[in-house]
This record gives sequence, structure tokens and C-alpha cells, in this order.
Amino acid sequence: MADLTSNFLGIKSPNPFWLASAPPTDKAYNVNRAFEAGWGGVSWKTLGEDPHIVNVNGPRYTTMMSNDRRVIGFNNIELITDRPFQVNLKEMRQVKRDWPDRAVVASVMFPMNEASWAKHIPIIEDTGIDGFELNFGCPHGMSERGMGAAVGQVPEYIKQATEWCKKYATVPVIVKLTPNITDVIYPAEAVLEGGGDAVSLINTINSIMRVDYDSLTMFPTTGGMGTHGGYCGEAVKPIALNMVAEIARNEKTKNLPISGIGGVSTWKDAVDFIALGASNVQVCTAAMVYGFKIVEDMKTGLSNFLDEKGMNSVDELIGKAVPSVTDWKFLNLNHVDKAVIDQDKCIKCGRCHIVCEDTSHQAIEYSSESGDRVFTVNDDECVGCNLCVSVCPVVDCISMVAMTSGTDPRTGKEISSEVADWTTHENNPLKVS
Amino acid sequence: MSNNKIKSEGVNIKSHRLSKKEIEDNFSDLHSPLTPIEALIEADRCYFCYDAPCTKACPSDIDVPGFIQSIRSDNLTGAAEKILSENIFGGMCARDCPTEELCQQACVRNDHEEKPVEIGLLQRYATDSVLNNGVQLFSREENTGKSIAVVGAGPAGISCAHRLAVLGHKITVYDAKDKLGGLNEYGIAAYKSTNDFAQQEIDYILDIGGINIETGMELGKQITLEGLQKQFDAVFLGCGLGTVNQLNLHNENISGVIDAVEYIANLRQTNNKDELMVGKHIVVIGGGMTAIDIAVQSKLLGAEQVTIAYRRGKNAMAASEYEQALAKKHDVQIQYNLSPKQLIADESNVSAMEFDVMKLQNDGSTKATGENLTLKADVVFKAIGQKLVTEGLTDNSLELEKGRIVVDEHRKTSLTKVWAGGDCILDGDNLTVSAVQDGKLAAISINETLTQGA
Repeated sequence: MADLTSNFLGIKSPNPFWLASAPPTDKAYNVNRAFEAGWGGVSWKTLGEDPHIVNVNGPRYTTMMSNDRRVIGFNNIELITDRPFQVNLKEMRQVKRDWPDRAVVASVMFPMNEASWAKHIPIIEDTGIDGFELNFGCPHGMSERGMGAAVGQVPEYIKQATEWCKKYATVPVIVKLTPNITDVIYPAEAVLEGGGDAVSLINTINSIMRVDYDSLTMFPTTGGMGTHGGYCGEAVKPIALNMVAEIARNEKTKNLPISGIGGVSTWKDAVDFIALGASNVQVCTAAMVYGFKIVEDMKTGLSNFLDEKGMNSVDELIGKAVPSVTDWKFLNLNHVDKAVIDQDKCIKCGRCHIVCEDTSHQAIEYSSESGDRVFTVNDDECVGCNLCVSVCPVVDCISMVAMTSGTDPRTGKEISSEVADWTTHENNPLKVS
Repeated sequence: MSNNKIKSEGVNIKSHRLSKKEIEDNFSDLHSPLTPIEALIEADRCYFCYDAPCTKACPSDIDVPGFIQSIRSDNLTGAAEKILSENIFGGMCARDCPTEELCQQACVRNDHEEKPVEIGLLQRYATDSVLNNGVQLFSREENTGKSIAVVGAGPAGISCAHRLAVLGHKITVYDAKDKLGGLNEYGIAAYKSTNDFAQQEIDYILDIGGINIETGMELGKQITLEGLQKQFDAVFLGCGLGTVNQLNLHNENISGVIDAVEYIANLRQTNNKDELMVGKHIVVIGGGMTAIDIAVQSKLLGAEQVTIAYRRGKNAMAASEYEQALAKKHDVQIQYNLSPKQLIADESNVSAMEFDVMKLQNDGSTKATGENLTLKADVVFKAIGQKLVTEGLTDNSLELEKGRIVVDEHRKTSLTKVWAGGDCILDGDNLTVSAVQDGKLAAISINETLTQGA
């Protein structure tokens, strides 16, 4: 069995699955249940100044569902903890005492003045927590008050607040980033400059779920009026993966440890995040949809996967896929893929044909003359776009196969083993010779 | 119609074999309708195929992926519109179509996981939503001043009448029976059309207006084909098959030997199924849907032993495999290769039936083996097919072949002003859905003919 123990910034946990700062980590009751279920660590729901904030007493969560009511995306307008500061401290102290082998990190959010950080950070650290996570990501409510995403959207603020926290903390400081920005590299570099030990990402994405089709108001509302919330769950994973990979392959930030967050629902999602540069993952939505028990499969799934790959620990997986991520301009324009349909597996639904015909390159032909429905790829038109593979309901029925020799019948050009990208392409006005 | 009623109640032939409650339960819906969540989940299974095989397999050309997509998006009116605009009897067809041989047989999910999308149940879900709420989806075009006679108020006739009414024509529908619907009302197994659905559907269809109904009018009696041709701009014959085939055995008239079609009609019309006379040992002669229907329904009424005796092999049976399985599920025995030899009577009632045991020859025909088999029977149901009543048709040089009306692809007969469809035409396949299609195609052709040069 592969070793699942995790050492993130010196914070040890029996596995790399932490619960993200969110409703599941709001109080000792939940956190105790999470640890009983086997979670490796928690980021305690964000602490703020006293007097504590208040939450709405109406819909805080809404989901986007498939027709069989599987949750695809999840929206929330809940704010940070709405319990007194001291109550949280007392419970954190007790939990850390009861569960010394688990990671307990305090998520915090304070205003942009040093005094507040100076006042709160040492008292929180005194509970025995393993680290801090700075919530610069919450996109709703708190951002209206100059905190959360309002800080995370200004690199200078990130740097400043990180410096303050580092000044008063002795344990590691993780900075949680908002995805509601244009380029995640700027906030990540600001964390480095501020002396932060790691980043965690992503926090939630600004969102409105839908309208109510009867009242034609936004949905949901609190007594008739609604506000945008933060979007998370499976639907956001690709956005999160890109941001994680961007930081992991950026020269300046490539050694900055990353805690991956955003739609982790199974061990496979964890593999995605870790291979693209994260050292561990944090989970919220999946727990809020299924309860804490889902961690069991995450652990055995990841462990079995590592075994199959011949890896002894999670550490060996970290960043494995990062070297394969590059800029578009460096993609090999000499490479030629063609779609190949396995006729034995084809169930003849024709979706590959109609989407290619209507929306792409007219490269999948249909014949029904013999009474049999037959779908075949026309290599003269196929650009290897992968749309057919993407819509085919049968696993491994259509695959993209690279041409290694001969002539591409679409372009009439000979297949070349040489790599040639946009930077040297004749159509590029800025080409380098 | 020659038919022998059961003359008297005896030890083995009696009513009240089961309680009213038991019979009610037995004759409830064969398939429960889908709940909204079931419908959404099932609709999600549709792959929205291109040039969809299910649609191609549908005799009435329903855009199956199209209506399922509308169910998926909660657009039930749109879904019903897609169905009913091709097949106004979409509700009944959802209940009685042999989907396992038509659309669901063609579903590509069969290749993927051997479980097709439940197209029939989804179609019922969509059509029920407008029928139950009385949502009228059709309106009549401007009056054309043309009038058309429709003979027979079954699926073919009413389908034709509805389409012609939509197109602005004036229709008179004649039917010999008291109630409209033809076999939908008098023939389909009771557990496929519960809660008086056939009448509910007819009411919904006729609600469009412009269709005048004349019941108690039989062709060749109160009305003649010649008269209709004179009186109307066009005539559609959807008169079905008015009489049943006989065994041609010498003592066929003895008590206990019954036409299945007539027994089913009684069963469908009675409010007290528990009062129907039911035999203890029942033999059904035939191999089609009617044979299955009477066998299963006899079981549901409390018969102890029901055997279907079919003269050829399993594969030659007209009843689908699904229907044969349904019969077996209800403990009906199906015996193949039995050809009726003689009825054995006990005093005044049939007591058994003797068969020649047949064997399949290489050329596909069957030959008597010389062996015989006798099955105990208090009731013998004849379900060996129906035939066209030709009185009232033949005098008019209407072309018939094999006892059926000859039509072209537009369902036009040999007579200039006469079209026909449903069971009465040559090569008709006895399906409700095909009858509906015949009526629709005839209506389109009639409309084109009547409005040409207008």
C-alpha cells in the first residue's frame, strides 16, 4: 500500500484530503465527525473580528443539478463564521488536543490594518493550530466590506496582509486565492513577495444560479431579493486546475507549495490537482453533497492508483504532469491526428456525424443505403479536433490516432517528424527565424 | 356475427371466480405511468441520435428524440405537440404499441447496454400531460367548403377525420357501434387502456370541432358506399374487419365455443367484470395478439388453466416475444404445432379439444405427425383472425384482394373519390399505430386532391 501521509509545509496529516474552510468545518461537532470519518485535516471555517458577522436566514446554498438530481455545481452566499471568536478558539484548542495527528489550520480574514492582525494572530496560534490560511477569496458579502476577494483582487493588498500575518505568526501561512481575477500569477507572486509559505486555490467564483421561472426574479432570493454567490463543485474543477498549473509552471512561483481546491469529489480529481502541482487537496462541496464518508473512497482510490503506478507516496505524484503544460504557441503544428472509429464498438447513434457536420469540419460521413447505419471518418476533412471523441457515448469507440508517416490527405503535406510551432510559422508576422 | 354464448352456469363455467377487488387489481395499468423524476431520468438516457432509428421504426413517423428532448427540458406541451402532430392517437399508441418490436427495438441503447430507452412510457408521460389537462394543441384552418365522409370511428377513421378537420374540411364520421374508438374501445386488452382512456382520448381529439358523428350507421345497411360518394367530396373507409374467422368444425356452434373478439368487447364494456362467465379450463386457438389478450385476461378473471394452442412454431407466431413472455408470466401455457381436429362435447357444452400434432417441414410448411393431443376445455376461444365484411363494398367495383381493400401509397383505392386505411386494407399489419398513419396519409392525399386548382 502506498503511503498517503502528507507533509505540507511541515504540517503532517495521515492523508492529503483536508476539508476546506467552509460550513463543514464551522465547529467542533462537525470537525470531530470529519476526523472520525477519516479526513486528514481541516481548515477551520474563517475567523474574523468580534463582534461576529451574521448570516441570512434564508437560502444560503443552491445547486445546479442533472436531471437525475446529481449535483454538478454549487453556489453559496454564506459568510465567515457567525459564532463568537472565543467560542471558536476554545473548540479549536480542544479539537487539536483530541486529534494531534490531524492537521488543523485556522482560516482567517481581517481588515486591512496591521493592528487587527497583530491582535488576533497570536491568540489564534496559541490554540495549538498547525498553520494559518488567509481567506482572500470569498467573493460575496465580505468583499463588500473590503475583505475576502476585495483583498485577493489587489496584489499589493495580498502582499501587505501576508506580511502582517507572517510578522505575528510562527506557524506556516497559506494564502487562499480568488479565481475572480484575470491572471492568477499576479496574486501568487504577491504571496511570495509577502513571504507567504504557500497558496491554496481556488476559492469560489462569482455566480447567479438562475431565475425563478414563475416570478421572474433571480433564484434563490432572501424574501424577494438575491445576491451573487460563490460557485464551486465539480463544474469548477477545470478552472481550478488551470490556475494551479499556471502557478506550478511559472518560473517565479514554481516552488511555491500549492493546496488544490475546486470540485474535488473523487480520488481522480485529487490525482488531477496533485499531478498538476498541488501537494494536497481540500474538499468542501462533495462533503456537503454526500457527507463525510466519501473520504473513504478517496483514500483507497488514491492509494490503489499510486500502487498501480509503482509510486510509494503522494509526494512522487506531485507535479508529474506539469512539464506537459505549455503555451499554445509552443504546440507542435506538424503533428497530425485523425479520428478513428472502432466499428465493432460503434452503437450507431450518429452524434459524431451530426456535430461534425453541423458545427465542425464535415469529416464524418453517414451512409444507410445498405440498411445498416455506418459512420466513417473522411481523412480528407478531419482536422483532429476531438469533437467526435468528446460527444461519443461509448468509451474508447472513437480515438485520435497520430499520423507518423505519409501525407496528410487534408493538406497534401508530408508528415514531418520535426517539431515546428507558431513561433517559427511562416504565417506568424512576429516569427523568429 | 356467429357466436355462441355460454348457455348456462355449470361446475366449471361460472362468474365471480375472483372478488371484485381482486379483479380490479388484476386489471389495473399494465405499466405504471412514469413519475416526473422517473421521466426526467429516463429522458436523459436518450442519446438524441441523428436520423434516429427509433423514428424510422415508428410507423407514424414520430420524432422520438425530439419529443424526449422536450421532456428533458420540462417542455411537456412541446413534447406532446411533436407526438400528436404525427399521431393524434399518441396516447393510446403509448399504451398498446408493441414498442419492443418497433421504436424500442431500434434504440441504439440495445447495442450499448441491452436496455432501450422506455420510449412508450415517455410518450405516455408527455401525452397524458396535455390530455389530462385538456390542452388543445390544434386549431382548424379556414373552412374549405369541402365535406368528407369517414366510415368507421376507429384509429384510422378518427385520425383521418382529425387531420382533415385541422385542414378546414367538414367531416361526418359513421360508425355501426354506439361508442367511438373502434378496437381502442372494444378490442385492446383492458389493462392497457384503464380509466376509460379510449373515450377520454376520443373526446380530446373531437374537441377540435368540425367533426359530425353518426353512430348506429353500418355500411351496406343505413349507408351505402355509392350514396356516400354522391353526397360527399371524398370518402375514407376505415371500417376494420367486421367478422371473425371460423374453425370450420362441424359442431362449432356448441356452447362454450366463443369468439375471442366478442368476449373481449363484452369485457371492455362491462362495469362488473366479476360477473363475466369464466371457464375453469380454457383453450385459446390462435397465435396473434388477440390470442394473448384473451388468454391473459381469462387468467386475470380467475380461470385455472389457460392454454394457447397454435398450429405452427414459436417463431411463426404473430404475437411478439414480449407478448408471449407476458402470457407466460401470467401462467398461460403456450403449445405450438397443434392444429384443431375436433371439438369434444359433453351433453350441451364443449368439454375438450383434440388436435393433430404437427411438425415443421424443411420448406416451412407443417405436416401432421399422426399423433393427437387432447386438451380439457370448458371454454374454447377462437382467435384465428378476422375478416372484412364485403357486403356494401363489392357492388361498387372497389378493388379487393385476399378479401382486403387494395390501396396505393397514399391510401387511395381503385375508386376516384375513395380512400381507405387500417385493418381493412391489404397488407395492413393490424397495429393501432399503422391505422393512425393510414388515416393521416389518406387525409393528406384527400386534402391535396380536393384543394388542387382551388
